[in-house]
Amino acid sequence: MMDLLTIVPAAFLASIWDWFALAEDGSVTFGWALGRLLLLLLIVHIILILSALMVWAERRVSAWMQDRLGPNRVGPEGLLQPLADLGKFMFKEDVIPKHVNKWMYTLAPAITVVPAMIMFAVIPYTGTVDEEGVATSWQIANLDIGALYVLAVAGLGVYGITLGGWASNSKYSLLGGVRASAQMISYELSLGLAIVPVILMTGSLNLGDMVNWQSQNGWLILTQPLAFFVFLTSSYAETNRLPFDMPESETELVAGYHTEYSSMKFALFFMAEYTAMAVGAALAVTLFLGGWTFFGLEKIHWTVGVLIFSVKVLFFMFAFIWVRWTIPRFRYDQLMRLGWAIFLPLMLVNIMMTAGALALGWSWLLWILPVALLGTAFFVAWLGWKRDEDRYQPLPTSPPAGGEA
Amino acid sequence: MTATVKPVRRRKATFIDRLYLPAIFKGLSITFKRMFKPKVTMQYPEETWTVGERYRGVPVLVKDDEGREKCVACSLCEYVCPPKAIYIVGQELEEGNKVERGPAVFDINMLRCIYCGLCEEACPEEAIFMSKQYTVSGATREELVFNKDKLYELGGVRSKGVKKWKDK
Repeated sequence: MMDLLTIVPAAFLASIWDWFALAEDGSVTFGWALGRLLLLLLIVHIILILSALMVWAERRVSAWMQDRLGPNRVGPEGLLQPLADLGKFMFKEDVIPKHVNKWMYTLAPAITVVPAMIMFAVIPYTGTVDEEGVATSWQIANLDIGALYVLAVAGLGVYGITLGGWASNSKYSLLGGVRASAQMISYELSLGLAIVPVILMTGSLNLGDMVNWQSQNGWLILTQPLAFFVFLTSSYAETNRLPFDMPESETELVAGYHTEYSSMKFALFFMAEYTAMAVGAALAVTLFLGGWTFFGLEKIHWTVGVLIFSVKVLFFMFAFIWVRWTIPRFRYDQLMRLGWAIFLPLMLVNIMMTAGALALGWSWLLWILPVALLGTAFFVAWLGWKRDEDRYQPLPTSPPAGGEA
Repeated sequence: MTATVKPVRRRKATFIDRLYLPAIFKGLSITFKRMFKPKVTMQYPEETWTVGERYRGVPVLVKDDEGREKCVACSLCEYVCPPKAIYIVGQELEEGNKVERGPAVFDINMLRCIYCGLCEEACPEEAIFMSKQYTVSGATREELVFNKDKLYELGGVRSKGVKKWKDK
């Protein structure tokens, strides 16, 4: 009787599991396709809920950093605040000003939010590890050109913003849109170049393979700290977050590209920003921090992999908020100079070094950069401590005429 | 007059300063530490201010220890009130009372009151006081004209101060 109670449900579950699997010969079955679709729906909803919760987190964390409490009234700790916000967005009047290009104006929010969401398709969220320690990642779509797909789709997001700014037919919106496109061109470049060393070292464009490589050879942040830093900074610029929120810059452009938007159209822009943040965080984790792996902890079960991945992603999401409430906005020329004059050459040098080291088989060369960076960091810290006074300009010996000082 | 000049010692930006990275990480550490500091927000309906001893809130009428209305309807407060918020109708009290006069009607229009406290200062009987009540709200204009009953309810009993009618 006991056997029946344990075996039958287990067999039942296993049969369901098998039904969702690929056929023996690897061909696509109906169950497999349905399973993919369900998975897709699940993950899309997780992202949407996550981005809603990020709005809450953004407000709470920014409040804490400013000695305030933030929204804590709706639900426990204010957790239902996103729902209240959503209700507000839903019931607000959806104003379409007379002077806008109606077709483009309506299209723009959708164009912004879709690329941000579909990027998640190629990101491995968990996987299995066999006895030899060879990891197999699970994605929605196991694309062999995952990295290229990510770069291509990330570039699409800006069309919505630029289009929204242009279709709004107002000065500030147009300026915001133009800034967005200029910024995207500048930072897309260093973003792509920052990924190149990762591709070189892992020898694959598949994001799952990158995680597997890292689980065996160590995280790439160790050998490519500079690329990681530039990737992270560029992803801040890509998602239009402070310190690079030039397209929005509420203090100078009155919210830039979405000035003319209201109701759910505005909410879509908002959602796109937070989804893009989630994607940026997930990419940084996947490319440089070993994705869903954590020093063998992922071998326990595939659910642990999900947990590890979530924790890492949430940390980077927090970092997005953290940086936003710490660093003021860059000036436009500073932004451009940082992108073209600093990040671009840095990344080119980085690629050359990595490629050279791999071509010559000098693995020690790969370690020069991190070691040099660490050395510089220590040097900087030492210099900072050493006689801070020396760096002050001397006071004039006598005060200027007429001065009482 | 010449302008006062105070030379300021400015630090020259070194290469490290211009990297901005040390400054950025310092800033990040400051904001992170701030997250765990005590908050200054007061959650109003649950937490309230403690107002000062001489706070001027809603003016109220008080009774003495024996439960007698201290107001004798002299109308000094009505006279001194700058926005003319007080309206008094006096009446003669029957035999056996310690005083001869008292208010029949005592209205304070809280829509007009400017919380100056002159009524409290003018009162020779110490019958009207500025209370610590600062939440005044109402759905209609009539509700915000506080009548005698309301004012005594808010004021209650005050045993301190002059007691010149005590042994009469």
